[in-house]
Amino acid sequence: MLNASKHLLFILAPLVVVFALLPGVYQNHLLLFNFVIFLILAQGVNIIYGFTGYLPFGYVGFFGAGAYGFAIMVMHLQTPAPLAVLVGGLVAIALGLLLTPLLRLSGAYFAIANLAASLAVLHFVANPALEGITKGPYGVSLTGTFNPTHAYYAAVVVMALTVGAVIYLKNSPFGLALQAVREDAVSASMAGVNIIKMRMIAWLASALVAGLAGGIYAWYVSVFYPDNVFSGEFSIFAIVFALFGGVATITGPIVGVLILYGIYNLIGFTTPQYFQLIYGLLIMGLVLFLPAGLVSLATRRGWHVP
Amino acid sequence: MSPEKTPILKVSKLVKRFGGFHALDGLSFHVVPGEILGLVGPNGSGKTTAINVISGLYAPDGGEVVFDGASSGGVASHKLVHRGINRTFQVPKPFLSLTVRENIQVALAYGGATGAPSIAELLEEYRLKEVADRPAADLNSAQQKMLDLTRALATRPRLLLLDELAAGLNPAELDWIAGRIKALAATGMAIIVVEHLMGFIEQITDRVIVLNAGKEIFEGTLATAVREPQVIEVFLGGEHAH
Repeated sequence: MLNASKHLLFILAPLVVVFALLPGVYQNHLLLFNFVIFLILAQGVNIIYGFTGYLPFGYVGFFGAGAYGFAIMVMHLQTPAPLAVLVGGLVAIALGLLLTPLLRLSGAYFAIANLAASLAVLHFVANPALEGITKGPYGVSLTGTFNPTHAYYAAVVVMALTVGAVIYLKNSPFGLALQAVREDAVSASMAGVNIIKMRMIAWLASALVAGLAGGIYAWYVSVFYPDNVFSGEFSIFAIVFALFGGVATITGPIVGVLILYGIYNLIGFTTPQYFQLIYGLLIMGLVLFLPAGLVSLATRRGWHVP
Repeated sequence: MSPEKTPILKVSKLVKRFGGFHALDGLSFHVVPGEILGLVGPNGSGKTTAINVISGLYAPDGGEVVFDGASSGGVASHKLVHRGINRTFQVPKPFLSLTVRENIQVALAYGGATGAPSIAELLEEYRLKEVADRPAADLNSAQQKMLDLTRALATRPRLLLLDELAAGLNPAELDWIAGRIKALAATGMAIIVVEHLMGFIEQITDRVIVLNAGKEIFEGTLATAVREPQVIEVFLGGEHAH
């Protein structure tokens, strides 16, 4: 059996089935929804960071842009929710196109510029002068589309597509070429790879993923302020989860979200007073002892991790 | 050299500046299909800069590069690769976390070449079969150089630029790689070799260009070059020239 088929059958299918069925047996639907959103965002970070090496510290910019793209379509044009989610994705792509000059930077410079860009978008959206369009700092309240059940399943669909995209990257010459660009852009160009085009595609794909997630998030919560959907926590969490599991793999970000977001909620429920302490120690330990993520425990032993 | 052949590469009055420094200062030369041309000269004479301009890493500041009848100066590297130029690097630059096989796969998939050799052939011919599924980071320096070369060959170049491929190889490896390079030239591939090892240059080249300060100071066989006072002067300093 081809690797890609194995990955679809043994990684993607179980993940989708579990998250499709869980709402029937577990009552905290918001928590399940957040898990799915972070699975999407962590894989989105994986696409841009794991495969091309750009660390998107302002990744939430696309998420927020998607949420506002959704909200504006629903508020002003009474667009049906699924269509508005797609528009959210397109708005994120448009923002990605606007930010393509950032790809000339590398390393920490890119990360900082991306963070600044996401803050700029936040302040643009939250500008009181734009109240007529975005409701400015006063927040959005969407009543017509409120349907958490549909929003949840839409999130599962987007998660499936995102994981499917990563499976494609992991099993195609295209994904290999992206990794080649990450490893050495000059050598990649001497292998015939158009490095600018490849980086653009990965950048816009990861923007799309976050934009769709943002649109669905807006659909699910229906009431939000700019600070909510542009919260730096989304970027940080998505990056930490992806790194914790191990990037440039299919399973790493999934494992990262399930374990780390699981622990996050467990501590939050049981011992919230030690929350920051325990979580901080956990992340420090990861950086010190497992810089290549949990999957490196296996790869160090020579096991292949999909 | 076969003078009746049309040059596949013609470099005319090439200029490349870095700030006020003229790395190339009016360099002109050509190479014909099947020829092995040596570029020699002291450190800083512009050999690697010439290769970087020809392979599209640098845009020239003046002069012209014509490959296969079309201007190629300032054209993006990946497009030049598709047109038939490839190279190796002085310090090999493999994709370290990818396996040897994957390194070659990228070039086969994106090099745009039809009729390129297969991965199995390349691994076998360049002694990488045993390490095919190891990450490139695990290879020794000689193996990384061979991987650089196979990555280039997977795109089936008609002009191959070798930047100090021989440095650091042992005598047996040198003989072997000299044979490989000659065999490639025999297929019609034009090859430019930048090298400090004069014995190696003598063994494989038809003709050498001696560079100094970004200019050509000699063109001909290496055997003649070593008797030229001007060449001796730039290599050894003025007092040895006579």
